[in-house]
Amino acid sequence: MDYFLTEEQEMIVDIARQITDEKIIPNRAELDKKDEFPRAILESIGQADLFGIPIPEEYGGFGGGCFDIVLALEQLGRGCIGVATAFAASALGIYPIIVAGSEEMKKKYLAPIAAGEKFAAFGLTEANAGSDASGIQTTAVLDGDEWVLNGTKQWITNGGEAQTYTIIAMTDRSRGARGASMFVVEEGDAGFSCGPKEKKMGIRASSTTELIFKDCRIPKDRLIGRQGTGFITIMKTLDSSRPGIAALGLGIGQACIDEATTYAKQRVQFDKPIISFQAVQHLLADMAIQLEASRALVYASAKHIDAHPKDMTKASSMCKVMATDMAMKVSIDAVQVMGGYGYMREYPVEKMMRDAKILQIYEGTNQVQRNVIGQELNKEYSRK
Amino acid sequence: MKIIVCIKQVPDAKDVRLDPETNTLAREGVESIMNPYDQHAVEEAVSLKEQLGGEVTVLSMGPPQAEAVLRQAISCGADCGVLISDRAFAGADTWATSYTLAKAVQKIGEFDLILCGKQAIDGDTAQVGPGLAIQLQIPFLTCIQKVREVTEDEIVMERMMDDGFDVVAVSYPALLTVVKDINEPRVPSLKGKMKSKKATIKVLSAEDVGADSSCIGLAGSPTQVVDVFPPPPRGERAVLTGTIDEQVAQLTEKLAAYL
Repeated sequence: MDYFLTEEQEMIVDIARQITDEKIIPNRAELDKKDEFPRAILESIGQADLFGIPIPEEYGGFGGGCFDIVLALEQLGRGCIGVATAFAASALGIYPIIVAGSEEMKKKYLAPIAAGEKFAAFGLTEANAGSDASGIQTTAVLDGDEWVLNGTKQWITNGGEAQTYTIIAMTDRSRGARGASMFVVEEGDAGFSCGPKEKKMGIRASSTTELIFKDCRIPKDRLIGRQGTGFITIMKTLDSSRPGIAALGLGIGQACIDEATTYAKQRVQFDKPIISFQAVQHLLADMAIQLEASRALVYASAKHIDAHPKDMTKASSMCKVMATDMAMKVSIDAVQVMGGYGYMREYPVEKMMRDAKILQIYEGTNQVQRNVIGQELNKEYSRK
Repeated sequence: MKIIVCIKQVPDAKDVRLDPETNTLAREGVESIMNPYDQHAVEEAVSLKEQLGGEVTVLSMGPPQAEAVLRQAISCGADCGVLISDRAFAGADTWATSYTLAKAVQKIGEFDLILCGKQAIDGDTAQVGPGLAIQLQIPFLTCIQKVREVTEDEIVMERMMDDGFDVVAVSYPALLTVVKDINEPRVPSLKGKMKSKKATIKVLSAEDVGADSSCIGLAGSPTQVVDVFPPPPRGERAVLTGTIDEQVAQLTEKLAAYL
């Protein structure tokens, strides 16, 4: 379907498509098998300036919006959402700096990311703080000119691979949600280390580790924004980034339809290609309907967010739920269309099905997203 | 370092068809791409520029639409593009093409290196690179698979051979043709694409480059293509069955029929 993209948006799609077809698709099975971080591919993505999409032009980026990053992530996700997650998590890691960082901080940290020289990571989740972010136990205490961090972050994407980490920690537990603050931690800071790589069901090309802070001392000016504004920054960050996760769902959905339809045209049973059977046609038709409806919502939400940055929560959550639930359903159906072959590792859809599951879980589970949408509706109708 | 890269727009080999009436390559509806070997030449030039500084000019001879490959090279890091385009160039063989390119190179001015792909995937001659060097009276080395070292006086490289490689060095100016092993071409960058959209491609005619009209196009070409035809279809094949003795008997019978 034609979404009437601008010339610049077409360029983003072309570049991301070329990287996906030439660099990601030929390597994804091997990366998945070996749990291998895709350094060379990320270098290509960096060389192509895609890391710069969300970074303002004055810091060496492209100054793009939510829709621009969605277009790039949809293409990369069509190849492998493990690779695309590493890319997306770096964007997530710098959002707090873009949203709330000081001028000096932006200059220092954004330019090397825009240039593809460094990656970022975002640290929110802990063992007891997942959907309920208020359970954060990591603390930051000001000691002279330094903050001292203690605690452990869990399941952090790009852990051990990133050079720049944005971390939330409690600076004043007595103030509850208003007692959390965000900080930049750099690779190599004394007292900061990463745990071993987690073994995951899918997105195995991405690195997921603990971040461990043991009396980690960082300069005072690594505080992002004002003290106590950590949760506000996190909410803004996640509202901006969630459509990117929805875009990964679109990428998987498209890849599944491509694979399943191509297969159904070639696979002959009862002397006919199986695509000539209505049972198979209806499966494929439903996949196509769900994908296109999701794409329309994701694109519309991203455009809405770009136009109305103060009113993004509901759109962001709605598109994340729809596109990622779609990705799970469509990937299961793609395996079904391809039968025994679909279940085998020689074909890519079994990986897509394993990969799709994380989309319903990370960056806020789809259940939490529905809570958010419900609360937003409640607020909207209370005002009427 | 000033580098000129000669590139050619060719039909995508994934989609080669012959026009059944004229027996020539069907160009209509066939996607055009930058000759794949030339993509490696552009990449090598851009990475040399990134290491040493300088400028990369891409040069192509072709119809106006060949501008697309020049813009593609700019999106991958080349600085400027020059298209030599004139109806008078049509039908040029490798000699006339080398002559015309040499005229354009002289017009562009000073350079340290000229890089070309080993050959174009449509003509497959591998003659234009060396031909251009001869026209310019500069040394050339073909089938370069690796640049080992670049100094002020010379460039040291590996030249691919059937059973290994030669280590070769040449002083400037020189012309090199490259094979695909030399590098992995980069994907265009966003900034490069934007730059390439805005870039002005300089177009030079036969008159602009000061070409002798008897040396260009079909008239200036010593080689004339007399006929182009698809290879005849393979004859019928048969699989012999039975014991070895039976198969031998069948085979001798078939062979005897030709005596």
